[in-house]
Parts: sequence; structure tokens; C-alpha cells
Amino acid sequence: MKSHYQTRIELLQGTLDMLILQTLRWGPQHGYSLSQAIRANSGDILQVDTGSLYPALHRLEGQRWISAEWKTSENKQRVRVYRLTVAGRKRLVSERSRWAQLSEAIAGILNPTTEESEA
Amino acid sequence: MRLRFWGRERRDQQLEEEIQAHLRMATRERIEHGESAKLAEQSARREFGNEVLVKEATRQMWGWRWIEDLVQDARFAIRQLGKNPGFAVVALLTLALGIGATTVMFTVINGVLLKPLPYWQPNRLVTIDEQTEKVTSRIWGNVWAFAYPNFLDCKRESRTLDFAAWRYNGGTASDHGEAEYVEGFQVSSEMFSVLGVPLLRGRAFLPEEDQPGAAPVIIVSYGLWQHLYGGNPEAIGSPLVLDGKSFTIVGIMPAGFRMNEDEGDVFTPLGQDTSPSMQNRDRHPGISVLARLRPGATLAQAHVDLGLIGHRLAEQYPESNAGRSFVAQPLHPDVGDVRSTLWLLLGAVTLVLLIACANVASLLLARAVSRERELAMRAALGAGRGRLVRQCLTESAVLGLSGGALGVLLAEFGTRPFVAFWPGRLPRAGEIQLDWRVLLFALAASLLTGVLFGLAPALRNPSRELDQILRAGARSVAGGSRRLHGNFVAFEIALAVVLLVSAGMLGRTLLRLSSLDPGVNVKNVLVTRMAISPSALENPAQARAAWQDELVRARRVPGVQAIALVDTVPMREGNNQLSYWTTPAVPPGDQAPLALATSVTPDYLKVMGIPLLKGRFFDDGDRLGNEHVVVIDEVLAEQAFGGQEPVGKHLWLAAAGSPFSSDTETPDSARVVGVVGHVRHWGLASDDQAQVRAQFYYPFAQVPDPLVGRWSELMSIAVRTDIAPLNLVEPLRKELCSATGGVTGDQALYEVRTMEQLASASLARQRFLLLLFGIFAGLALLLACVGIYGVLSYLTGQRVPEIGIRMALGARARDVLWLVLRQSLGMIFIGVGLGSAAALVAGRLLHHLVDGMRPTEPLTFAILISVLVFAALFASFLPAHRASCIDPMSALRQE
Repeated sequence: MKSHYQTRIELLQGTLDMLILQTLRWGPQHGYSLSQAIRANSGDILQVDTGSLYPALHRLEGQRWISAEWKTSENKQRVRVYRLTVAGRKRLVSERSRWAQLSEAIAGILNPTTEESEA
Repeated sequence: MRLRFWGRERRDQQLEEEIQAHLRMATRERIEHGESAKLAEQSARREFGNEVLVKEATRQMWGWRWIEDLVQDARFAIRQLGKNPGFAVVALLTLALGIGATTVMFTVINGVLLKPLPYWQPNRLVTIDEQTEKVTSRIWGNVWAFAYPNFLDCKRESRTLDFAAWRYNGGTASDHGEAEYVEGFQVSSEMFSVLGVPLLRGRAFLPEEDQPGAAPVIIVSYGLWQHLYGGNPEAIGSPLVLDGKSFTIVGIMPAGFRMNEDEGDVFTPLGQDTSPSMQNRDRHPGISVLARLRPGATLAQAHVDLGLIGHRLAEQYPESNAGRSFVAQPLHPDVGDVRSTLWLLLGAVTLVLLIACANVASLLLARAVSRERELAMRAALGAGRGRLVRQCLTESAVLGLSGGALGVLLAEFGTRPFVAFWPGRLPRAGEIQLDWRVLLFALAASLLTGVLFGLAPALRNPSRELDQILRAGARSVAGGSRRLHGNFVAFEIALAVVLLVSAGMLGRTLLRLSSLDPGVNVKNVLVTRMAISPSALENPAQARAAWQDELVRARRVPGVQAIALVDTVPMREGNNQLSYWTTPAVPPGDQAPLALATSVTPDYLKVMGIPLLKGRFFDDGDRLGNEHVVVIDEVLAEQAFGGQEPVGKHLWLAAAGSPFSSDTETPDSARVVGVVGHVRHWGLASDDQAQVRAQFYYPFAQVPDPLVGRWSELMSIAVRTDIAPLNLVEPLRKELCSATGGVTGDQALYEVRTMEQLASASLARQRFLLLLFGIFAGLALLLACVGIYGVLSYLTGQRVPEIGIRMALGARARDVLWLVLRQSLGMIFIGVGLGSAAALVAGRLLHHLVDGMRPTEPLTFAILISVLVFAALFASFLPAHRASCIDPMSALRQE
């Protein structure tokens, strides 16, 4: 368990939003399963802090990118399930292209020599 | 509140449920991985982090955090107030009084000065006057009343304005029991449509009724309709006899309708007035003209329009209209000197409110200091400085608003009595009521006061020396607030000085004015206007005979010592200003000096008790046909003849306005036969500053035939009695007005006053201001003393351990007393210094606004400041004495 805390990476502002939207693309989820899914998909590197997760979910809901409803889970528990909306889907596309630009730019800064040698 | 936020409570519950579900699922998963139930739950919680913080962060995403904080702060503030009911009651009462009094004043100002006139689109209405190029009168400058023919021309030719005209015209209504005098207006047929006021019943005048010789029609006011006809709709179409002429009632005005702030009883068509002077452009009675801008027209266009008309009329009628034009200005309510009185009172009442603020501020400050540790603790637990300041401000806003609500309640009940108490008639009194403007004002005043008295305590919130405050005892923090407290006290004292000195100056002025000699013996004199029978007015000989008859009959009434006729009574409204000169070459227009001319019968001197200084007064020999004579007062004697002997000299009166002939070409001369004492015609307060003070008297018997009718409309009866004058009213009325013994029963006495009433009324404004300033000053003194007492008690309380140490080290009771008093003397000294400077300014202001005031009254100043200093010292003596009685042992143990 401790290793998780040590290797945890602070998420950039706005990155969590994108991860939530992306994860919800595969179907509606509740908060706990969402956090587990992000952790599992990142190979246990990204641990989502609940203090960020729930505010983010409520904020995205307020912006109408996701919607929420109460459902009963497989083990007979009332849970709040979040689902991607059409607006959220569009948002995700634009976030992803922004992210691609950003990571490309950062990669360019981090590896300048390779570019020079190629040129 | 609950209703509005129930949605939020539900969301809170759901968030809680969501989080608990998260925790349960995390726990279950851990148990499935083989952890024990207890351990699983613990680590799930640990992994989740601080539940409260998560919830707080999530709630912030909902976007109404600030409202929540506000409600929370307000609830907390109310709880805090509830915990300290003594403080709450004192603060609320102080604020309610301050805001209430200010709101009362604003309610009156709103109704009288600020509200638009009660006509349709009043901002499109203008008044129009004639204007000459040259200044022709010292009083009116170059502004003139309209001539009726000019009005007709303007009305016909204007393209930007719809015109209407009116003039005052009272009369005797006489077919319902006793004759009674009614106030009236002559109006042109367009009047009510221009004002945009629909009639209650019936119709307005038709244009064809607004002509000479048309059928006599009349419109009556709501009041007269109720009074004469009991509100019977049948009144329309029935006759009403006014000045001996029968009119048919065609319409009834709505209740509360006023023109020029007067509620007339009757309205008749102006065009039916057949007096020849109405057709003159030159010498005419003057009418008032107002107009409505036509849709789309601007005031500037109207000016151009009027200028063109004026230019054309000047070419067509050069002898009367040369150099004469017309000017329009927006129609404003005519409220006279009420405006300055009201603003003055609002200023005074604002000072009281400021004192109240300072008082509550120092109370709050005292509380803030004792709450310092609590606030420091909050800051240490993570509350931001801004958040704490906001909380403090919310607390004072809650106080301010509650005080304001009480204040509005006070205004609701206090405004009526205040208006009823106003001396004389308050213009637009009917329009004074609480409306949205007043509520807005009260809200603004409450919030502003809340911020004012809340700011100081809020800003001294602990921020820097947190640890020191938390570590230190209460004792060590008191020092910092001492200066701030001192400032509040000094501020209160300064304001109290301003109000006290103002009240003192008003009182001193009133005393001085009351002791002035009005120039007449006001005891046992009754004056009343009289409308004589309209039939007698038809020819001059009859009018003279009728007046002679009245004098004879009135003399028969038991209790009458002497009786005279007079046109303008001293200290009552109305005067007649004429230009005079000491040679026949009277300078034109505004260059000749003016004097007040009074038409009287021979016994006038005896009735009024005016001293005869030289020569003689009039006798029965001063009749028509004999040499014109005048009697002048000492002021005119000095002004016209200097040191020379005036008796036997001649005065020439400018042709325009001379009462000795209706001819307008040559000046009339009159021989001065006597000199009498000066009479304060303008009232006790105003006469010294009046522009025209010189007076002369001329015999009513020498008024020529063409003028007798006009003069007869203006004459009053003055009676010296040997019984209480008001007891004479009924016998006089019976003798002069009832339809017995040869009198026709269509005569009326109106505006009955004693000279004492008139003299006292001439000081009513000063007396009213004094009373209110006195009340305000008393309040200010009380509040300031309470403030000093409270602050010193508090500061001394904070210093008990220190005083204990001093006494343990050998200080005596006297030293301790001095220690405390020295502190308060400092505050008093600063306050009096600042206050005196402000009071000098206030004195100048009063001098400008109130007749009879002197700008400074050093003695009053000195006396009132010592009163204040003594009161302040007394208030500080109590806490000082208490401090000197401290037992050092228990004081030292207190900490």
C-alpha cells in the first residue's frame, strides 16, 4: 500500500476531468468504481484522491458534462451513478486533442537533441 | 429561509449517502481480499481521507457557498446577540432611534421635495413667465407675470407647447345658509387636460365657455362638493352663487387636487373675466401660465419657439412688448423656505445618527476586544482574515438592519405627528407617506450605519500577532484599543458640541427676537379679512358707503374700543411695494427706492397702538378732492429726508401703482403730514433683513373711484378690544354678516387672527427649529455621556490588575481617580476642539438659512461647551470613582 503513496503523481489541473470523462466512455459508474478503474487502468500509478474526485464529479455535473442518478448496485446498495452526456462527449474530444498538443510540446522540450540530430 | 434552502439540505443528505456508499464498498472489497472487518473499515476510512473536508470541497462546487456563509454568519450573529441581551437592547434602541428619526425626516423630504408633482408626466410640464431685457424691479428682477392677451397669442402661435393659464380668484359663495368665503382659481379651458388630471365627475370647461359672455359655468373641488352637497352626484347641473352671480356646476375635481400647492374650492373659466385690465398688455393683473411640451419637443426647442413669438409680438405691439420675451422653465413644486428647513433638520438628525453609530461602534469594539481570543482561535484553526472580517461585518449588518426595521416602524408612527406639529401649512403634506423610496433610504441607512460601526471592530481582527494573543492574558491586549475608543468618544463629543451650540444659538435668537418690539401693541387686537356684499362693489359710491356702514355697525358691538380698515396687516402675508421720490422727476423702473404702502382709515393708529412721533395722523377731512396726504414711518423719514424736518414736505409716487390715481402717465404727489414709529411688517425675525423696510400710510378715503372696487376686495378690519379678542368674533360676524338689520347676508369674515397670533407665527419657524434642535441636542448629549461612561467603564475594567499593582505600590485613591479622569479629559478636549470648529461652520449655515440669527454667539458657545464638559466629566467620574475603590488584593488575584 505504501508504495502507492510514494509513487502517486499529482494530477495536473483539468487532467482529472479528462480522466473521468474518458473512463465514463465505457459506461456509467459510481464514484468508488470510477476511482478503482482509474487506478487499475494506470497500472496502479494514478491514485485518485477522494478529496479531488467528488468535487470534480459535482463540478462536471454542474457543467452538464456528466449526469447522475441513484441506482441500486449488484449488492443491493443505493449508489449514485454518473453517466457521460452528449456535451461531455464533445468536451472529451476537445480535451484529448488539447492533451495531445500539450504532451507533444512537453516531449519536444524534454528531448531537444533528438530533434536536432534528426534535422 | 428554511423553505428556500430545503433543496440544499437534501443535497447534503445525498452527498453523505454517496460518501458512505463509497466507504462501504471500499470496506467490502478489503474484506474480500482477506482483511478483518475492523481493520478493513479503518483503512478504508484512512484511504478516503478527511470526510468533512471532502464534503466541504464538494459543496463549494455547488456555487452558492457565499449565501450559505451569509446565512451561517447571520445565524451566528443572532445567536451572539441573544447571548448578550443587554448589549443587544441598548444597541438596537440607539440605532432604531437614530435611523427612525432620520427616516421620518427623509419621509417628509421625499413627500415635499423629491416626489414628482401629482400630474401626468410632470417632467414635461413647464412654467412660463414674461421677461424683459432690463431689470425693472428690485424684487422680481426682469421676470413678469403674463398679460392675458400675450397668453392668447402664445397659445395660438406656439408649435412646441400646449398652454394653460390660471390666476387666484376667491369669492363669496352665498346660497347655502350663511355666506362663506371660498378660495378659487380662474383657469383657461385647457388647464386640466394640460395637467393631465381627469375630473372626478362631470366635464372640464369647453373652449367656447372660455370666452367673455359665455354661460357662467363652474367646477368645484372635492372638498366643497362634500361640504356643500354632501357628495351628492346631483350637484352637477345645479346652481352655485359666487359673488352674487349664479354659476352652473359642470364638474367636480378629484380629492387632493392642488394647483400651486393650493386646494382651491372653485374653478371658473378665465376667459369669462370681463375686467378691462385683463385685455391690457401693459398694466394688467397678471396671470400664471404653464404648458406641456408637445410629444417630441424639447425644452430648448420651446425656448426658440417662445423667442420667435416674443420677437413677433414686440414688433406688433412695440409700446407694450418692446424688449419683452417669454421664458420657460421646468415646473417645480413651490415650497418656499420649507426646503432649507427640511434639509437643515435632516442634517441635524444625521448628526444624531452618527453619534448613535459611534456609540454602537464603541460598544462593539469593547466586545470585539473581549472576543479577541475567540477570533484568534478561529484564525488559528484556519479561518481566513477576509472570512473573519466578513463575519464581523455580517454581525453589524444584522444589528443595523434590525435597528433599521425598528426605525421604519418608528417612522411609520412618527411621521404623522411630526407633520401635524409643523408650524403653519406644510406644502404637499398630503403626499408624505412611506413608499419604496423611503424604504430604500432606510435600507441604505441601515446597511451604511452597519458598515460604519462594524468596520472598526472588524478591521482590528487579529492577524499578525496570533500566537501572542493566544499566549497572552486578556490584560496585555487592552492597550491597543484605547486610542480607537478615545477616537469614538472624541467624535461623539464633537458632534454633540455642534448640535448643542446650534440649539443654543437658536434659543438665544428666539429669546432676542421675542423681546423685540413689533412696533404695534399686539395685545387685544383682532384682524379679519372681509368680503363685502358683491352688489356693493358694483359702483364706487356704494362701496364707500358699505364700508362706512360696516365701521359704524362694528363700533356698536360691545367690547370694541376702536376699529379701522387696513389693506396690508403687519406680519400677515401680503404687502404693496411702491416706488417713491422726493421730487417730481421720479427715476424710472428699478432706480427709485421702494416703500411699503398701507391704506388705512383714521383710527388705525389707535387700533394698532403705533406711536405718533411728529405731526398728525389722518382725520375725516382727508377725503377725495382734498390734498393727497401721507404719513411716513421713521425709517422712511430718515431714508428720504435725512435729518430734515419731513412734515410738510412732499413725496412723489411712481405713476405705475400709485393709489391716488389710476392714471399711468404722471407721478402723484402727496404731502407728508406726520411721522409714526416703524412697524415690523415682515415679522419679528425677518424685518431687520428685509429689503424694503420703509413704510408710509395713505387714507383709504382718498383712493379714487376707479380703484375703490379693487381695494375693497383687499381690505381687512382691525379691531382693538377691551375683552379677549377671539370672544368678539361671533358678535362681529352676527353684526356684520347675518342677513338682518339691513345687511344682505352675502358678506363674509375670513382669516380671522389676533395680532398676538400673527406676531407669534412670525417666529414659528425659529421656534420649531429650536424645539427640534433642542431635542436632538439633548439626545446627542445623552448618547455622548452614555458613550463616555461605557467606554471608560470598559477601559477601566481592563486596567483593574494594573490599578491593583499601582495601589499595591502605594498609589492613593486620589491618584487613581486622576489617572482615569486624565484619560477622559484628553478625549473631551479633542472632541470639544473639533466640535467647536464644526459648530462655527454650522453657525454660519444657520445664519444664512434662518432669519434673525447671528453667525456667532460667543457667550452661548461658552456656556453650552461648559455644560457639555461638565456632563462628560460627570459621566467619567462614576467609573473613575469605582476604579479608586478597587481593593488591590482582589484586583491582583483576579487574573
